[in-house]
Amino acid sequence: MKNENLYNYILGIADNSLILGQRLGELCGHGPTLETDIACTNISLDLFGQVRSYFQYAAKIAGDKRTEDDIAMLRKEREYKNVLLVEQPNTNFAYTIGRQFLFDVYHLAFLAELQKSTDLTLSAIANKCIKEVSYHERFSSDWVKRLGDGTEESNQKMQEAINDLWTYTDELFHQTEADKVMVAEGVGVDVTKLKLNYYKRVNDLLQVADLEIPESKYFQKGGKEGIHTEHLGYLLSELQYMQRAYPNMEW
Amino acid sequence: MTSTEQNIDEKLIPILEEVSDPEIPVLSIMDMGVVRSAVIINEIVKVEITPTYSGCPAMDVIGDDIKKALKDAGYDSEIDLILHPAWTTDWITPRGRKALEDYGIAAPLDAEADIDVLLNGKRIVKCTNCGSQNTRLVSQFGSTACKAQFQCDDCQEPFDYFKCLK
Repeated sequence: MKNENLYNYILGIADNSLILGQRLGELCGHGPTLETDIACTNISLDLFGQVRSYFQYAAKIAGDKRTEDDIAMLRKEREYKNVLLVEQPNTNFAYTIGRQFLFDVYHLAFLAELQKSTDLTLSAIANKCIKEVSYHERFSSDWVKRLGDGTEESNQKMQEAINDLWTYTDELFHQTEADKVMVAEGVGVDVTKLKLNYYKRVNDLLQVADLEIPESKYFQKGGKEGIHTEHLGYLLSELQYMQRAYPNMEW
Repeated sequence: MTSTEQNIDEKLIPILEEVSDPEIPVLSIMDMGVVRSAVIINEIVKVEITPTYSGCPAMDVIGDDIKKALKDAGYDSEIDLILHPAWTTDWITPRGRKALEDYGIAAPLDAEADIDVLLNGKRIVKCTNCGSQNTRLVSQFGSTACKAQFQCDDCQEPFDYFKCLK
């Protein structure tokens, strides 16, 4: 492959949307209310749409017979480069919202920078996605506020979710080898520079939502290098089921 | 292509106007603003369309429908999906906005008003049934990615609002 760094860089971005999209898709027909169910699956649909744009581009760069579907469906667990945050399960609605919020704030800031990429395809995708993601971020922040500033029980559950998911936030700002090369070429986003504003925005909202900012300084990492929590394997076995059972099937 | 201008061969306009959005059958894809260019090169029509939302499942169908409409008019065609410049609700024509309203979908407000109704609970979206502005947001997400759900507190009718995308 001519440009392996760019290929890996795109996968690093797209896998976050793919895995989070799959998690949200699990709620189809199982959301706590009809409206939130539809909202979560709408967000999932946006993310899958974005993934298609990224994977189509990645397939083009790979330059072999690989298609967008192969990239989505036929990799092994260690080959997925998503951050650990997005693979965490839908433990309860507070977790779903907490995970979404902690990712959306990052995603929005990331896309704002990716719009400036010297790679015109990536900047066009970012330009498209950011409009959708700003709706996602509004939705998830709104719910963090509602649950945090709601009843004693909703506050407690929202706090638990934020506390548990907090450990996965630092990884968002780690650079991979592909990242470093792409940043140097003006293609990629320097995620280390997003960190300060990210925590400011998140902390501000937690305060408004009557939630405590977790104090833990212990953070998990590994997703970007393909080392995942146990949850990803189960998620992939469902995501990839049709392709494993009926290889090369098409709709 | 980086221009926000459309480049459509006049001969093709009547054909393309007959193709409608599969989710909103009253709305022509031309009034929706998803056709960015359509030109005849070496007897083949090259059409560029742009998705409203990335995940919009209607795009594949729209591509097929355009191909069929052009074929019926005697043209072979190639359809390209382009992402840049990104689609915005500003590209919906006045006729398109009216078609939406007549169909029962409130047309998008400007960006600022859109935030007011979706986040701050402001009652300004006009009910498509009775015209009252005494309406409230039921959910920021609706039956398709591009819409939010509303309900009128005067006539009680539920309806969709086409979200502003800029």
